[in-house]
Amino acid sequence: MTILRHFTPRVTPTPSVTGVGPVLEVRNLKTHFQTERGMVHAVDGVSLTAEPGKVVGIVGESGSGKTVLARSIMGLLPRQGVFRSGEVLLAGRTISGLPESELRAIRGLEIGMVFQDSMSSLNPVVKIGRQITEGLEYHKGMHTAEARRLSLALLKSVEVPDPERRLDEYPHQLSGGMRQRVAIAMALACEPKVLLADEPTTALDVTVQAHVLDLLKDLQEDRAMAMILVTHDLGVVATRADEIVVMYAGQVVERAPTRVLFREMQMPYTQALLRSVPRIDGPRHATFVTIGGRPPDLTNPPPGCRFAPRCSRAQDRCRSEDPPLTAGRTIGHEFACWFPLGVGSPSREAPLTPTPTPTVGPSAERREF
Amino acid sequence: MPGPGTAHLRRDKEVLLRVENLVVEFSVGHQTLHAVSDVSFDVCRGETLGLVGESGCGKSTTGRAIVQMPRPTRGSVQFEGTDLCALRGEPLRHVRPRIQMIFQDPISSLNPRRKVADIVAEPLVAWGEKGSAREKKVREIFDAVGLDFDAVGTWRPHQFSGGQCQRISIARALVLDPHLLICDEPVSALDVSVQAQILNLLHEMKERYGLTLVFISHDLAVVRNVSDRVVVIYLGKVCEVGPPEALYDRPHHPYTRLLLSSVPVPDPEAPARERSTLASREFPSPLDPPSGCRFRTRCPGAQARCADEEPVMREVGDGHFAACHFPVYEPMTPAPSRTSVSLA
Repeated sequence: MTILRHFTPRVTPTPSVTGVGPVLEVRNLKTHFQTERGMVHAVDGVSLTAEPGKVVGIVGESGSGKTVLARSIMGLLPRQGVFRSGEVLLAGRTISGLPESELRAIRGLEIGMVFQDSMSSLNPVVKIGRQITEGLEYHKGMHTAEARRLSLALLKSVEVPDPERRLDEYPHQLSGGMRQRVAIAMALACEPKVLLADEPTTALDVTVQAHVLDLLKDLQEDRAMAMILVTHDLGVVATRADEIVVMYAGQVVERAPTRVLFREMQMPYTQALLRSVPRIDGPRHATFVTIGGRPPDLTNPPPGCRFAPRCSRAQDRCRSEDPPLTAGRTIGHEFACWFPLGVGSPSREAPLTPTPTPTVGPSAERREF
Repeated sequence: MPGPGTAHLRRDKEVLLRVENLVVEFSVGHQTLHAVSDVSFDVCRGETLGLVGESGCGKSTTGRAIVQMPRPTRGSVQFEGTDLCALRGEPLRHVRPRIQMIFQDPISSLNPRRKVADIVAEPLVAWGEKGSAREKKVREIFDAVGLDFDAVGTWRPHQFSGGQCQRISIARALVLDPHLLICDEPVSALDVSVQAQILNLLHEMKERYGLTLVFISHDLAVVRNVSDRVVVIYLGKVCEVGPPEALYDRPHHPYTRLLLSSVPVPDPEAPARERSTLASREFPSPLDPPSGCRFRTRCPGAQARCADEEPVMREVGDGHFAACHFPVYEPMTPAPSRTSVSLA
């Protein structure tokens, strides 16, 4: 822990979009891992807020630190070899640094979590019913019969067909989509104030994904919960999140209310990320826009802007000075870029000239995270 | 039992690959798993055919059955005028260099203990290419896929990223100058920015080497962008076939419509699409597929006839076919969604 004390915190104001106080607040969170190759700066100074009834989408590619961020918020990382600093506040109370016993009383009760892989997040040798009632008995002190009644209602609310039978089945007897719905029921059992969903639909088929996402959104609205939806797919959050936070190499590079982000994006990375996604209404055989190079090695992040080595607009300043998050034109919009795209750069303009295919040579990094 | 038919096969054109009434079944205990049930399609020279469907629909099995691994239970695979299902042993081996495959997981499809230069050279070794001619070909293909042979030839697969491993897989597949390349979910394991690089590379290779592609994917957006003709598969049966524009803009099969309305669009201003509650119904088991139309258990328009009689492929537009008793002719209509983004 002491190692991180001397870090100067990046001042990041956390503007409120609606004026309602945040239920979850993350202030300048850093999570670094000690590895054989050095200290990996997986999350490096992230601040965010989640308000009741709102959905915050966290978007980034593999290795951008989005999952580590979610796990850090929940205190789910091992204590050995992990260095954390910054604060996590739940309804005004600091929960970062609490002992494990107190965290356990918060997880499941006040913050629910849904993970990507439902097969490994459910216990394979315990019946579904028991897995849902466990939280209710532990946190709410319910009796078995009462907890079972509530579990049945929960399974119905997540549209699991034939819920009575499912209570007595094991996870392997359910399809992937159904298991994920059970995982959602478990996360919602104690009516948490915040739901953290880490790639909840990445392992699912597209028709099932649409259904699970609609379900999550409905439940979140009905319960006026704050939801943090972590995903690599901009499409998943475009119509479901109120605010989008774009992460790159462990840092927030841009954030804005969803429509503002798509309309007024300022950070070249956000634009490149959006343009590299093939569109369902795209033309046949069009050349895809690519982002040349690779994300930086997080044991030794480059000085200045971490996207600079791959950015077509990068100049000398980008390679030496770290751009702070600065406010955009619209309230709630922030971006970290010295040479932003400027106003009137909608996401759907004519594509950029495609970056030439990078040739891999000895100078390239040998491994990526 | 009437199959889905072969009305969509093109008899008049120069066809490189014609798959007719392909059936692949596996024994599971005492039961039979119907992985592919009477699938037919054809691919013309220079074309990219997209095979799209959800997990478990039999699209990968179809791809593998083309190269006779596993051998289909019934049906024929006509490749350059030869029925591969009738070939065995040495004659079949001689066809293989002309059909190559690349797989989803680029890291596990490469032997971790071998140098990548040797991995790419292996097909040439198997076909007796020797010495400097072999090295010349390997260098050339490394260069074509954007890798520096002198710098990375002696590296092993774990030293590369997923995208680079996929480049090596592509190099290995192309080193024998195949005519047909079967790509089984080639970009599904990759990040979007890398995915775009590999898709561009595949397109570039197709132009450069005059390849014909069978592109298998669950990603409808990718399939639309790379394909000249798209085949939608559900539970081992072909539902709809057509050129991508017609199929995506005016889908006639209810399953295609469900698939398309489920795709997340990265645009908050996009009109809300049809929201189906039927998607929640369970995917039927291929051990015991539904009678008649296999999609009827999840179909919003299913009627009694759908359970009794299997629909046959019918032309619904120019070069556009669907296997449905009650095809939908209205364009995809945006329905009011329950939720709307509250931020202006």
